[in-house]
Amino acid sequence: MPNLVNAPDRVNDFVIKFANVNGTGSASANSLIMKAVFRMGVPVTGKNYFPSNIQGLPTWYEIRVTRDGYSARAGRVDIMVAMNAETYSKDVREVASGGYLLYDATWPRSTLLQRGDITVIGVPLAQLVNENFDGVRNRILLKNIAYAGVLAALLDIDLEAINGLMSESYGKKPKLLESNTRALRLGYDYAKEHLQCPLPLRVERMDKTRGHIMIDGNTAAGLGCVYAGATIGAWYPITPSTSLMDAFKGFCERYRVDPATGEHNFAVIQAEDELAAIGMVLGASWNGARAFTPTSGPGISLMNEFLGLAYYAEVPCVIFDVQRVGPSTGMPTRTQQGDIMLCAYASHGDTRHVLLFPANPEECFYMAVKAFDLAERLQTPVFVLSDLDIGMNDWMCKDLKWDDAYRPDRGKMLSAEELASLDKFYRYVDRDDDAIPYRTLPGVSPKGAYFTRGSGHNQYGAYTEDSAEYQFVLDRLKRKFSTAARYVPKPEILGKGDSKIGIVSVGSCDGAVREAIDVLARQKIAVDYMRIKAFPFGHDVESFLSLHATIFVVEQNRDAQLRSLLTLETAVDKSKLKSILSYSGFPMSCEPIVDGIRATLPDAPRLTAITGKHAR
Amino acid sequence: MSFINKPKVAHPSLPTNALGMTRRQYEGSMSTLCAGCGHDSVTAAVIEACWGLDMRPEQLVKLSGIGCSSKTTAYFVSGSHGFNSVHGRMPSIASGANAANRELTYVGVSGDGDSLSIGLGQLVHAIRRNVNMLYLIENNGVYGLTKGQFSASADIGTKAKKGEVNQSPPIDPVLLALSLGATFVARGFSGDKAQLVPLIQAGIRHRGFALIDVLSPCVTFNDHEGSTKSYTFTREHYHAAIEADYVPPAQEISVDYPEGETLPVQLHDGSRVVLRKLGASYDPTDRSAAYGFIEEKLKQNEYVTGLIHINEDVSHEFHHLNKTSSVPLNRIPFEKLSPGSAALEKLLGRYR
Repeated sequence: MPNLVNAPDRVNDFVIKFANVNGTGSASANSLIMKAVFRMGVPVTGKNYFPSNIQGLPTWYEIRVTRDGYSARAGRVDIMVAMNAETYSKDVREVASGGYLLYDATWPRSTLLQRGDITVIGVPLAQLVNENFDGVRNRILLKNIAYAGVLAALLDIDLEAINGLMSESYGKKPKLLESNTRALRLGYDYAKEHLQCPLPLRVERMDKTRGHIMIDGNTAAGLGCVYAGATIGAWYPITPSTSLMDAFKGFCERYRVDPATGEHNFAVIQAEDELAAIGMVLGASWNGARAFTPTSGPGISLMNEFLGLAYYAEVPCVIFDVQRVGPSTGMPTRTQQGDIMLCAYASHGDTRHVLLFPANPEECFYMAVKAFDLAERLQTPVFVLSDLDIGMNDWMCKDLKWDDAYRPDRGKMLSAEELASLDKFYRYVDRDDDAIPYRTLPGVSPKGAYFTRGSGHNQYGAYTEDSAEYQFVLDRLKRKFSTAARYVPKPEILGKGDSKIGIVSVGSCDGAVREAIDVLARQKIAVDYMRIKAFPFGHDVESFLSLHATIFVVEQNRDAQLRSLLTLETAVDKSKLKSILSYSGFPMSCEPIVDGIRATLPDAPRLTAITGKHAR
Repeated sequence: MSFINKPKVAHPSLPTNALGMTRRQYEGSMSTLCAGCGHDSVTAAVIEACWGLDMRPEQLVKLSGIGCSSKTTAYFVSGSHGFNSVHGRMPSIASGANAANRELTYVGVSGDGDSLSIGLGQLVHAIRRNVNMLYLIENNGVYGLTKGQFSASADIGTKAKKGEVNQSPPIDPVLLALSLGATFVARGFSGDKAQLVPLIQAGIRHRGFALIDVLSPCVTFNDHEGSTKSYTFTREHYHAAIEADYVPPAQEISVDYPEGETLPVQLHDGSRVVLRKLGASYDPTDRSAAYGFIEEKLKQNEYVTGLIHINEDVSHEFHHLNKTSSVPLNRIPFEKLSPGSAALEKLLGRYR
């Protein structure tokens, strides 16, 4: 049984947590450290725990240096960089036994920061910075760089890696580069002179980040939209989805402006609300452009009306739901998987929607492209259910690849020539027996004209209040959803398939589940794992569920929404499905999964008992 | 309208437009509105306007929300695509559709409930965004499909069919559009087709958001004594102040207009509207003056009709501001949209 706390070798395997005040520019210093570790070839993840606020409130950033390449939250803190006096008492408690706390000793806090089992390191950061730099704002910013310098010395992080990053950022601003380089050196030299460097927790060069990038899911999804050929994005600003549209717009300004004319091959429309945002997406998609909207739970609530129209009138559209903590306004800057049911059945009446579940930024890129293909192929809304953890945090991912042979799947869209060869065009007739009808675009031919409506219609597209005609269309839509199950991505299945125990999970739980599987394997407990990538569920999901006697459904919400969906939409015996839930708002760690599974096994100690930690 | 479908066969002597099409070919499916409904007259005016503009049916996109008025998009130009969306949300559908293809002609038909209550937010933002479309409000002061409740355009003191008197002040779409800086604001009356047709034509040709508020009485729920939106009241109180003639690009202005009382305004496509003013001092290009005039007349219970305000400055039109490609976004070849693998590889350097 490995003892995680006092593991002899903590090289490239520890967690740094930064406690800062938001609006003080700490983010850039923290990401410098993370990126430098990455450039030293050591796998790393960064997670930002920030308030819904612009300036003055506590904010934390967590960097996990992980030689094994785990992507989940570690659930422990080895070094606390305590830069916010307001949260000292909370921060000091959080450090694992045997860990370290670095603070600004310009104002010594000998009593507040006392704990016998950790090492407190004081560096007079403010004093150092004030003696060397002018200007209040400047000093605040450079203090962050100075603690980065201290950390570089303490953790043996390559100073040149940090300098390299800074010259890339400030290459065109030599004055800024000079002051930042000097501040970094100030902290570094102080630590080298006054502290014992390096600590037993340190970074050592590896070669495990080659072929990888550090990227957040919103950026990757925005990039995916550009590559998919999306031309119209309509949105209403909402955390945590805003950076997706920022990314799309940024990439469009780079790749979609005609150098000769300055004309834009894109339109980003900031709508008056989410109702209008989805309406614009429908209007644009109906008119033949690839269009999308990024939003979060409260936006989906507002979009419900239009989503029912899109389902019933069969208008393609792509919605990115970067989920945050609900219900209601909830905690806008914390993560959750609370919109699974909301999206699966959005809007009144009988509706069911196609959902895609990326597990990381890499999948956000590929699934963005897939979402447009599916939406047009199936002529229906497609949701990409990301979350704040995936969307806004930096993840180490494999290099994104693009196949230049890719062409969009525009689905069954009739050209003027195809229309000319038809006797008559009817919008909702199932000509191919796959429940997907043909559509036409405005402006192409008067022969393709039809009337799109959310009111009762027959298969010819005409208004109806006739029960049989109405049901005929509704039944075809149900069949279309079965067709969808054949088109959506299959689940990812790990394990030999011979264990009685199976784990079923979704999205950003993936990192925690994989880590839990490793921990359990070291304890000689074998489990199989199925990560669901899409709804509707296909044959593979059914067969995994039927093959395992006990299934743990791991998800990040209170009400076991994925489990509910499985019981509603598959033939699984619901008593087999046991929930492991995390809904604190923080990204999931492996602990509750390991504990949850072990608790059901006889005579097995729980992981918290082994490490003496508390699951958060 | 008639209760049986008219045969689509047209008599050879029917006049045709430049495309060789008869008016009949601009009709849609049979109206299901009440006999005598003002909306059907508006439909007829739209048909006449499109025929007169020699518009290819597929060039037109018809959009609507929910309500009696919104049904009417099915009753004209069956050769064009129609989108009957959800209540009060047509402007967002129009905005998105227009963003995707700037070349088509967008005509939205809405009502006073659809536009001034549930859809007020979307209407004002479509005006603010200056979407290039014609937006018709068929304004009758009541909710028809739900049987006669007051709408937000009902005047103070107007009486409902069951006797209730409205106490809340109305929202006037013309004053609203003027205050928001709409670049084409007009008011018409369903009973005055001669005035309405050129307004619709000019509104279609105007580049930017064109709003026409059409007083269109509800014969079933709001055509009684005591209503300020009845046929009788409207006929007595509408004030045809600024008549407009639409003159297509190729045509000379041949009619002899009295000096000082006419104002030809060049539209973006080279066509013109010639405004015949009742008062020589009225200047429809002066927004604040127009606002004052309309407000003053409303106080006297007079609905000023005609082309009230026009501004051919396109600098705030959506696509102009967006610098949208002149090739519609839905027709740009994929090769120009996707940056390709080499660009991606280069970009990844940013994330290492």
